[in-house]
Amino acid sequence: MILLSEYILELKGITKIFPGVKALDNVHFSLKEGEIHALMGENGAGKSTFIKVITGVYQAEEGEMFLNGEKVTIRGPKDAQNLSIAAIYQHGTAYQQLSVTENIFMGHEKMTKLHTINWRQMHKDAAVLLKQLGSEIDPHSTMGNLTVADQQIVEIAKAISTNAKIIIMDEPTASLSKRECEELYRITEQLRDEGRSIIFISHRFEDMYRLASRVTVLRDAQYIGTWDVDGISNDVLISKMVGREISQIYPKKKVERGEEILRVEGLSKTGYYKDVSFSVHKGEILAMTGLVGAGRTEVCQGIMGIEKPDSGKVFVDGRELKIKQVSDAMDAGIGYLPEDRHKQGLILDWGLGQNVTLATLEQFTTATVINRKAENKRAKELLEKVKTKALSVFDKASTLSGGNQQKVIVAKVLNSDLKVVILDEPTKGVDVGAKAQMYEIMSDLASQGYGVVMISSEMPEVLGMADTILVMKEGRVSKIFPDAAGVTQEMILEAAMNM
Amino acid sequence: MNKVKKFFSSNIREISLIIVMIVIAIFVQIRSDGNFLSGENINDMLKETAVLAICAVGMMCVMVTGGIDLSIGAIMALGAMIGSTVLKGNQDLPNIVIVLISMGVGLVCGLINGTLVSRLRIIPIIATLGTMNIFRGVTYLVANGSWVKQQEMGQGFLGMATGSFLGINNLIIIAIVVYVVATFFMTKLRTGRKLYAVGNSEESARVSGIKTGRTLTMAYAILGAIAGLGGILYVCKYGVAQGETCVGYEMNVIAACVLGGVSVTGGTGRVPGVLLGAILLGMLNNAMPLIQISVFWQEAIRGLIILLSIIANTLIRRNVEMKALRRRNI
Repeated sequence: MILLSEYILELKGITKIFPGVKALDNVHFSLKEGEIHALMGENGAGKSTFIKVITGVYQAEEGEMFLNGEKVTIRGPKDAQNLSIAAIYQHGTAYQQLSVTENIFMGHEKMTKLHTINWRQMHKDAAVLLKQLGSEIDPHSTMGNLTVADQQIVEIAKAISTNAKIIIMDEPTASLSKRECEELYRITEQLRDEGRSIIFISHRFEDMYRLASRVTVLRDAQYIGTWDVDGISNDVLISKMVGREISQIYPKKKVERGEEILRVEGLSKTGYYKDVSFSVHKGEILAMTGLVGAGRTEVCQGIMGIEKPDSGKVFVDGRELKIKQVSDAMDAGIGYLPEDRHKQGLILDWGLGQNVTLATLEQFTTATVINRKAENKRAKELLEKVKTKALSVFDKASTLSGGNQQKVIVAKVLNSDLKVVILDEPTKGVDVGAKAQMYEIMSDLASQGYGVVMISSEMPEVLGMADTILVMKEGRVSKIFPDAAGVTQEMILEAAMNM
Repeated sequence: MNKVKKFFSSNIREISLIIVMIVIAIFVQIRSDGNFLSGENINDMLKETAVLAICAVGMMCVMVTGGIDLSIGAIMALGAMIGSTVLKGNQDLPNIVIVLISMGVGLVCGLINGTLVSRLRIIPIIATLGTMNIFRGVTYLVANGSWVKQQEMGQGFLGMATGSFLGINNLIIIAIVVYVVATFFMTKLRTGRKLYAVGNSEESARVSGIKTGRTLTMAYAILGAIAGLGGILYVCKYGVAQGETCVGYEMNVIAACVLGGVSVTGGTGRVPGVLLGAILLGMLNNAMPLIQISVFWQEAIRGLIILLSIIANTLIRRNVEMKALRRRNI
């Protein structure tokens, strides 16, 4: 008889091979009862694969898994569920059209004696579960109408309803505002205090420091190590993740502020933003920050003509812009790097070359006939310029990692004749290495005389890169700091929340 | 070697269709005592397929954008009915005028569909379900209960379908021209690329500055004009225009596209594939009576072959995706 182990979950020597590729190579992991354990690593390091091995989506070729010291084999997601393991994935697996209650009890509905669904009981139980988590969500409301943060809370409630002892959260804070993060932290800690064990995947160091007691790092499918969070510094951790020292994450160059290039006056759209005014100069990086949902993306999409504003004026180089559609803004010299890479930035099924040239096909056409050769040549040049590791212009965009996809979109935007570049959360969901390259690109753009607008929720990035900081709150400009030097996180937060 | 391999893997869809066709051809050739692959029968078969093949190009434009057009049969009927009604009173009008009238009517129908889909954002299958009935109804009104018969059309017009050029039937010639233009349009022109872009991701296309509404409308307009052409050729071939012309034809056209590898979800599909899809359908129609397959079985066999082709398509796509994943070094 084996004694109860120190660990509730332990994995040893996990190796997962996809045809031709080792996705996990001898990975170790251990989880204590009542522990929050952070799992970190660059995109493509194997975190998601590892999680899928634990939840039974994939089966490992080699390695052993122990639950409470007892060896277990998980053959499918159902097995994992029976062993009280639940995962909350980054891109919600929620049923958007169904109610909160249905989402919580999907797959383990409460039945009446007559074997019909016991709606009353389910709604009641759902309300109790949500209340336990300190949430006010109405179990009858439709999932799709909830914010991302609330949807996550529902998913957590679902995990608890299956009586999960081990809960895996895959980048839960990626699209949450500061306040929503706090809420999530609180709930996560509550789960821990109830004796549940949590594996927390995140790109944000804040999350790790705030929550986790230990951290495990993966790199290139390999296990790098596990450390106590108290005993490891930011720099060491980054170097473990990327395998190299990053001397300066924010390579900001000193650039003389030139003449005004973009001016926005009183831009308004009912229900989204009101009276937004600001201006950007040549060589200036303006960071737009604020809580998620403050209307930053909407303002920029308004400037671009993606969602037309109701009123207000936009000037480029002193000339007023009549924005009817996106091509008008692009003709005037505004480029936009969308936040949602997959939905708005790329055509995943296409090769990189065609993606890069999509917005600027006119350059390669004579009398509307496309010159393939010229197109591919230009695409290649641009891709080299943004340092993509991709092999050729014919590679499909869907096969790239998040960071490389982002760089392809940058290449696409740069091919236009631009004066102003708007980057919407350019580093969201990209790994540390790609992040540094994005900052370098941004810095280069500014020094070449572009006006740069960066929407960002990450404080260090805002403070590290911006010349000017614009804080939005509930659809209005709350405060503009004309000189970023000397601004602190607290000052920005105060403006964003108006405490 | 590598080049050959690449050619195969990038044209696997078309190559597999050709293989299927060869297998069927050999089988039918043996069963029909060599009648199937006679020059006369091949000419016959292609002539019968020409109209379907022409219409399939139009449907492809729409399906590539992620839409579908159920009204194509009704547009064919309406265009042909108006065209032949004009012809009835003026038999000496040049054929090209009649053809252009029918295409013009189709174009207007297509613009209506396109506007419903792109401006009013009505789901294509619903919008065209509605207009299908409307166009059909208008056809009945124009026909006013009577047919336009062979005698009323005149030999000059009917000769368009029976005549030939360099020994090849005119209908086949017209189809070839349509396919050459369509191939050029879809692969070389900016507009063709935009159709694919919208079908793959309307949102990405829009953010990239493509006027997605205009692109969508154009796809339906092209379909309309091509349907007008197909309709008048159909009527010319059979020598009669009536209210019921081409009822249910949309299903044949969609089947040809799907067989040819056009995805119903949009974004994929190539002109050569569609041509092969149409010819395969035409082959089945021609071969089954030839080897005395019962009429009762013919429909079922057609359906079975369409299903098998979709299954093959799915398997091929999954294989390609898997290969792409393997190349990605995780």
